[in-house]
Formats: sequence, C-alpha cells, structure tokens
Amino acid sequence: MFFFVLLGVLRVLYGYLIMKKFETFTGIVCPLDRSNVDTDAIIPKQFLKSIKRSGFGPNLFDEWRYLDHGEPGMDNGKRPLNEDFVLNDPRYQGASILLGRKNFGCGSSREHAPWALEDYGFRVIIAPSFADIFFNNCFKNGMLPIVIQEEIIDNLFAAAGGEKPLEIAVDLEAQQLKVAEDGVIPFEVDAFRKHCLLNGLDDIGLTLQHVDAIKTYEARRRQEAPWLFNQ
Amino acid sequence: MTNKTLYDKLWDSHVVRYDENDTALLYIDRQLVHEVTSPQAFEGLRIAGRKPWRVEANLATPDHNVPTTSRPNGIADISDPIARIQVETLDANCEAFGLTEFTMNDIRQGIVHVVGPEQGATLPGMTVVCGDSHTSTHGAMGALAFGIGTSEVEHALATQCLIQKKSKSMLISVDGKTDPGVTAKDIVLAIIGEIGTAGGTGYAIEFGGQAIRDLSIEGRLTVCNMAIEAGARAGFVAVDEKTIDYVKGRPYAPEGETLELAIVNWQTLYSDAGAEFDKVVNIDASEIKPQVTWGTSPEMVVSVDTQVPDPDRVDDPVKAEGMRRALDYMGLEAGTPVNEIDVDKVFIGSCTNSRIEDMREAAKVAKGRRVADNIKLALVVPGSGLVKQQAEAEGLDKIFIDAGFEWREPGCSMCLAMNADRLEPGERCASTSNRNFEGRQGQGGRTHLVSPAMAAAAAIAGHFVDVRDF
Repeated sequence: MFFFVLLGVLRVLYGYLIMKKFETFTGIVCPLDRSNVDTDAIIPKQFLKSIKRSGFGPNLFDEWRYLDHGEPGMDNGKRPLNEDFVLNDPRYQGASILLGRKNFGCGSSREHAPWALEDYGFRVIIAPSFADIFFNNCFKNGMLPIVIQEEIIDNLFAAAGGEKPLEIAVDLEAQQLKVAEDGVIPFEVDAFRKHCLLNGLDDIGLTLQHVDAIKTYEARRRQEAPWLFNQ
Repeated sequence: MTNKTLYDKLWDSHVVRYDENDTALLYIDRQLVHEVTSPQAFEGLRIAGRKPWRVEANLATPDHNVPTTSRPNGIADISDPIARIQVETLDANCEAFGLTEFTMNDIRQGIVHVVGPEQGATLPGMTVVCGDSHTSTHGAMGALAFGIGTSEVEHALATQCLIQKKSKSMLISVDGKTDPGVTAKDIVLAIIGEIGTAGGTGYAIEFGGQAIRDLSIEGRLTVCNMAIEAGARAGFVAVDEKTIDYVKGRPYAPEGETLELAIVNWQTLYSDAGAEFDKVVNIDASEIKPQVTWGTSPEMVVSVDTQVPDPDRVDDPVKAEGMRRALDYMGLEAGTPVNEIDVDKVFIGSCTNSRIEDMREAAKVAKGRRVADNIKLALVVPGSGLVKQQAEAEGLDKIFIDAGFEWREPGCSMCLAMNADRLEPGERCASTSNRNFEGRQGQGGRTHLVSPAMAAAAAIAGHFVDVRDF
C-alpha cells in the first residue's frame, strides 16, 4: 500500500518538476558561423529511429563533426573527426553556450535537435533569429534560446574566435548576459517561459490545473460545432 | 464588430483561456500521429500515469520509416531492425492507449499529411497538430494547422490543448493567373524565393489571390505544405465551394444534418473585407515560371530558363559565403544554365507532391516516353494506399512502368531517406519534396526541388528542361 502511495506521489512530482531549474551559470561559448542551420544538420535522420529521449549528444552535427558516415550503434569514440569543425576545436571543449547565425533551427520539427544539443552539454543558444518550432522546443527541455541583435552577435563571434575561449555568465532572472570585458548584454524573454524555466515547471502539469476550463469549453463546442466530435 | 482575418476567426474559436501574459490555452481538435516523433510522448504519458484526454481526436499511421518496396508481410518486411522497432512501438502504443491507427498494410495507410485530408479527418475550421513541421499542409482545408515537437505531442495527448501565443498575420496574395505548365509547387517556390526561408518566421500566412483560388485542393495542400519552408508554422487558404465539395462524402466527414450545420459555419471561414494583416505581400502570378532550386535552402531558387546565380554579385558577405558553400556542396558553377544540369535520380512523392493530381501531372509528361539512360533511378511513390489504388485504376502505374519509372508502396521515402530510398554521396536528384538541405536525401546527396511535371521531364531528358517546351 505504502509503495503505491509513494508511486503516486512520485508521479505527481514528476508531472510538476519534470525539468531541472534553470540557474545562473557561466560557460564557454562555441561559435558556429553559419546561417540557416537546420535540424537535419543538428541531428541527421538516421538517429531519429531511437525511441528514447536521451543519448543523442555523440551524434550532434554528425555529418559535419565526423569524416565518415554515422549510423546508430556505432562506437563514436573510434570514428575519424573532422578537425575543421568547430565542435572539435580544443578551445571549445566543455562549451555550454552555442553562438549561431540567423534562422537557427529551421526545418523539421524534430525535438531530437534540442535533445541532442542538451545531451551534448549546451544549455543556451544565442543567435540573431530562430525558427519558431525549434525555439519553442528548446524551452520544453530546460534550454534557453536567446535572440540578440546582429551587430552584437558579430562582436561575440569576433571575441569567441580568439586564442582564449570566451566565457559568458547567463543570468535569466536579471535577463542579462555578462561578458567579461564588454560588460552586460540585456535580452528579452517571454514572461511565462521565464517563469517555467526558473521554476523547472512542466507545461502539462500547469495545463491540468485548468481541467474545468477545458471541460467547459468542450461542452460548449459540442453544442455549437458537433461535427468536431463525430469520431 | 471589427473585421477579422481568417486567422483571427480560427484562433478565437479555439481559445480555452488566456493567462495574464496573453498566453493562450488553445484547444486542439485533431492530432495526427506517426512513428518517429511519438514514442517518447507515449512514454511520458506512461511515466506520469496519464491517459489521452480525448482519444478519438487522434489518428495514427506509420510513414517515415516504412519501406516502399513490396511489403506483403507488413512490419516483418522492414529490414532495418531499429526502424522496425519504431513502427512496432507505434502499433503497441496505439493499441495500449486506444488510438485509431492505419497500420502498415491497411489500404488507408500513407503519409499523415496525405491521409488526414483524404479521410476527411482534417476539416475546415479545425485546429490540427502533428509532430511534424509539414502539418501546415492541412491549412489548405481552411484549418489552423501547425507542427509541434514531441513534448507538445504529449501535451496535446494529455490535455487536448497547447500553450500558445498568437502569431502575427501575413497575407500573401498571388494575383492574376499563372501560365500553363506553372503549378502550385512553382507558386510556392517562387513565394519562398521572394520572402526567404525566414520571411514568415513569427507569422501565420494566409495564401490568397486569384492564382490560389484557381488551384485545386491538392494544389492548395502543396502550397500550404511549404509554408514552413518560408518560416511560418501555419499557412492556410480561405474556405470556398471547392473545399466543401472536397470534404463531402469522406469517411470522417460529417453527414446529413450535421454536415448542413457544418457548411453554414465553414462558409464564414474567410478574412472579412477590410480585415488588417500585419504584413501583406503581393506576387504577380503571370511572372512565375517553372522553378528549380540550385542550392541547399529552399530560398535558393531560380526559374528554369535562367542560370545558377553568382555569389560575387551579392553585396551581403554572410549571404555570399552561404551561396559559395552551397555551390561547393552542390558541385555547381555560378552561371551554369539550369537546363544544362544533368540529374542522376528522380523522386516523385512526399507530403508536398504525392496526391492523385501530382501523379496525373507527372504521368502526362511520362506517357509514351522513356527515362533517359543516365538516370540511375526514377521513383514514383504515391502518398497513400488510396492514392495508389486510384492511380492504378486510372492506369497511371502502367504509364510510369512503361516509361522506366519504379512504382512503389506509399510512405515518406526519399524525401528524408529514413528508409532504404536515398541518394549516394555526390548524386544529383530532381525531387518533388520540400527540403534541399545538405544530406537531407542521403549524406552528400544533392537535391533540386521541382514540381512533379518538371521532375518527370528531367527523368525523360536526363537533365532539367522547361516543361512548357516539352
């Protein structure tokens, strides 16, 4: 009996606290100097056959990162690396902030793309613009995509390309990026999404707080638009 | 009363509630489910001990991973064991949670975005979602349809709602008439060439104007399908008599008195005169010619009677660098006439162009001709079992086979090459699909997006040709 009660409590907790809380951190910036980086490039299709949510990190940017053709189940540690690709640059090992160009994350809606970025260790992506579905998917996985205007992005690329890796402190509460010498860069974030990230809240749990409103809506629609409830 | 856009009407009728930040809880009428983006969503439901809110609002079918070669034994004919597990997982999840599924060898199986409208499962005025970016397709029915990630698939399953902010509205009006030989695919590629792949980001796009109204429902489905390639999650077309005629009599469509009631509602699904859009783009239909993409983004597109563009003539250095990278990947020289580019493979299919009308357009070009000797493979993949059946009843399969095309079983196939249909490194393909990204059709593969008629013509000629001269 006690076991089932415990299981129930754990399920409720899982529902409300599915994600880690987003806390202030300082990380190394990895500059990926391409526009229109699509989700096919972030995680190629052969890895979408997995029915799991984790383990995509070693295949992040697979076609750019390795010289051979990757397939699920390969020992990625033994594959030849493309030394020219930025993720393989010794300066950016351990990076947790990805710097991109415009229209980052365009294309397929695959959530495997943010899963791969998160699994690799990225928690923040900074770009002048993002594709809508990818942008939304990031928040669902405790990641923060930040839109910054193009001129500042250019400066960040210049700074991140130096001998010494660029470190940025990300403060979501204050909506600020703190760059060592250049001071503070403010950013915008939707108030609801900020609240969810800071508190590690699960959307489904939040929505289920409005069960009555959903039921009332449904009852009204069944009357006025019964064809929507045929099947 | 203020004048409303179609988007306002679709949005307003689905808002369950707003929070203090104007974030809406939006009710979802229909969710389509496939094998690639759903397993983790069902797993999430299982872990949290949740059930689907309204199970009959969901409709599932496997499409991305299914083989298009003969598959009499169903799942057992999927040779890739990981892909097989994914399709088995979809079957098991639909069984366990009670979802209706058109399994692999059901005649109704096919690409979700072909199956939905074909079954009348996506209706005018609905909100439609699916874990697939090309869900915008269903907007052609006068619906608000958009792609979502797997977390939202789980959310819609569990609550029948999604947490959404309203997008800005854009009207793309394609005015006047198109020339013969210019199809829906050419219209939408020309639109993307005009506004760019991020031109619609943050917007919901209504496609209007005479050239859009003149399109069949199949043509409108093609246009709305590629709204996402212009950056817009949702694209839609106002309801007219064609829409209503298309819906009538389909298996999931209402009948009798309910249908009459529905039609009264559907006839209000257009933008009121004087309704204001955040942005309006006008395109002259008479200037659109058959389109061919030359690069690795759908916005890298030109008319078939021109040349591959030159990055040295572009001022923006980031854009020029992107063009150089694309030319290098595509193995093309700036200035090459498009109709001198030879192709290795041809793919006619995908959620963009695998409906009966697409099959007919391609067959018209292929009839009585032969695929050129330099073409290694010319594939025709119908979008559903029912499209295949209809095409065979019209004798189209025979036209294709006699011309040297392969006639396959329905699925996503070489659009994204998750199954065995793919390009080898360096191979060049004339494809009726929607994305020419690097590696999309196979690592190192080179994709040129075209209409079904243009793809068939390229197969016959062995290189791109203007289908208007064919």
